[in-house]
Amino acid sequence: MTRLSGWGRFPVVEGFERLSPDLGAACRGVSLTRGLGRSYGDASLPSCVGGEVAATRLGNCILAFDRERGVLRAEAGFTLEELDAIGRPAGWVSPVCPGTSQVTLGGMVACDVHGKNHHRRGTFGEHVTSLRMLVADGRVLEVSPTEEPELFAATLGGMGLTGHLLEVEVQLERVNSPWIAAEQEIASDLEDLVLRLRQASQTWPYTTAWVNALARGRGMGQGVVTKGRWAEPERSPRGNPPRLRRMGVPVECPGWVLGPVSMRAFNAGFYAAHKFKRQRRVMHPDRFFYPLDVLRNWNRMYGRQGLIQYQCVIPMDAEDGVAPITRFFETLIGCGGGSLLTVLKDCGPAGTGMMSFPRPGVSVALDLPMRGRSTQALVDALNRSVLAEGGRIYLAKDALTRAEDFHAMEPRLEGWNAVRRRWDPEGTLKSALSVRLLGDEA
Amino acid sequence: MKAVLLGATNGLGRALAQEMASRGAQLCLLGRNLQALEKSAKDLEIRGAGGSVATVPCDLLNRECFDRALQDADAALEGFDTVVVTAGVFGTQDELEADLERASDLLMTNFTNTVMFCELARKQLLKRGGGTLCVFSSVAGDRGRKPAVLYGATKAGISHYMEGLDHRYHEEGLSAVLVKPGFVKTSMTAGMKPSLFAAEPASVARTVLNAIHKGKPVVYVPGVWSLVMLVIRWLPRFVMRRVGF
Repeated sequence: MTRLSGWGRFPVVEGFERLSPDLGAACRGVSLTRGLGRSYGDASLPSCVGGEVAATRLGNCILAFDRERGVLRAEAGFTLEELDAIGRPAGWVSPVCPGTSQVTLGGMVACDVHGKNHHRRGTFGEHVTSLRMLVADGRVLEVSPTEEPELFAATLGGMGLTGHLLEVEVQLERVNSPWIAAEQEIASDLEDLVLRLRQASQTWPYTTAWVNALARGRGMGQGVVTKGRWAEPERSPRGNPPRLRRMGVPVECPGWVLGPVSMRAFNAGFYAAHKFKRQRRVMHPDRFFYPLDVLRNWNRMYGRQGLIQYQCVIPMDAEDGVAPITRFFETLIGCGGGSLLTVLKDCGPAGTGMMSFPRPGVSVALDLPMRGRSTQALVDALNRSVLAEGGRIYLAKDALTRAEDFHAMEPRLEGWNAVRRRWDPEGTLKSALSVRLLGDEA
Repeated sequence: MKAVLLGATNGLGRALAQEMASRGAQLCLLGRNLQALEKSAKDLEIRGAGGSVATVPCDLLNRECFDRALQDADAALEGFDTVVVTAGVFGTQDELEADLERASDLLMTNFTNTVMFCELARKQLLKRGGGTLCVFSSVAGDRGRKPAVLYGATKAGISHYMEGLDHRYHEEGLSAVLVKPGFVKTSMTAGMKPSLFAAEPASVARTVLNAIHKGKPVVYVPGVWSLVMLVIRWLPRFVMRRVGF
């Protein structure tokens, strides 16, 4: 048995991982298929101790790439990093890039990931043209917006619980240069930050904001808004972006490394540094989209106990001003929640996926060191706040939400469950997450 | 680079082929499953391999096909300069002790036939003034150990053979690159408990390709295994008799 965990290294489930380049064979008979295990919580873990899951890592063949139309079809274990390496020189990029390139196409579909351009391009699923799936009754099906559309919609953001993803076909985005022209601006408080973020999204395809979540009082919500677009070829460096050198965190750090003092120092330092940083520059796309990828195994910094990510979306439009998000931050600070990296993103309309996370409003992502019961209490409090605002949480990040809170947040659950049961009446597909939140039997 | 790869549809071989393709190498794949070869060939072409990737049937259990396969590969690449052998089979000591037929196949595949294949490849390379012969052995070949007596013996044999080749033919232009992987997460090791320093195939592939370019005679992947094995090689016998690894 191996210790299996998500990127947050909490929870850990002892189980088996089936690895084979033949995905059809590897997925048959197991209750779940995982990719690189980059979801933070228990989404990619077996439903019980000793359970077996398949991993797609070795099934990473490209099956077709139409360089004229930008349509790529690959096995589910093909990674975004590989896609970037092949697509960029040909002038094609992924239409949606999440915060790391260490994810598989299968994982991007199952979590229906979003990126800095959600307000423009929606989630990854909006660009998927077809899927090949192994469903619970053993059939292998082609599933798309026109073939089995209901299963397709239930699979986008369905956390791998509607069938095993074998192949993914996606429409890529045409770019004239693989480099990014980026700008940054400082925001002095939460209101300033949200307004700047909203305004930036009017004209920029990629926007996001980093928040110093440890600043209190007048400085609450101070941060940096980052905006970007694909650079013009004449302003780009010559050639394709090189592979970046990566450093590793070689060992698990002791828990105090990311304690309250160091976190506060990091956040204050980060904010201060940006006051003096050059505001406008042409950047390596990896540094723009995947800044943390340069530090391999950064999750080890959080020590043995691991970390929790918490991401929610708070419904908000211009008329609401910033009151809802301010209430959420007050809850966070009131509970003493210290988040090392806090990221805000304004979301556009919800898409096709029946259980996809984004909806109009502002999404907040927090990195929290796992500290047992106090972290559970914090997540419970945050969930109550999200519930009061009518928002919802992102399953790819979740590890601690209680089933009753999740059900209260998700009126969509019943419809999705009905589709799931139609395709898997015996309930063979399940994960640690589905046992915790959906009431599946372990 | 014009490379022939035996065992490129799986595990480390596939990762190495993908890394070579992304750097524009011309490739020819040898293997026994034609469907898997075709699928890999297509993948490698899209990843940037030079020209079309040829596929030639070749089974490491069947010695008769080696000569023909290498000639076909030579014709397809118009003269190869690199041969990589990653093919091989694995069995735990318990499995092999329980099944002598399987043990015999493993000894034949991993040692005798691998060497016979390399002999033909070596001759072909030397005929044109040299080239690279890269063969995957294992850290399991560095010391006789309880859990891998037979498998380790085949790998020790391969390591010895490659060292000999290096001594004998280096002057004539043959670069013999011996790769000793530690624990790499592939289908071969699936189900086994990952050891310390377990690596992913893609990062191992980059290290190996750099070693091929530099003509390093021995390369441990990940590199930390060279230190680990240095210690294990010097452990006294009474310790090795007691420990479980």
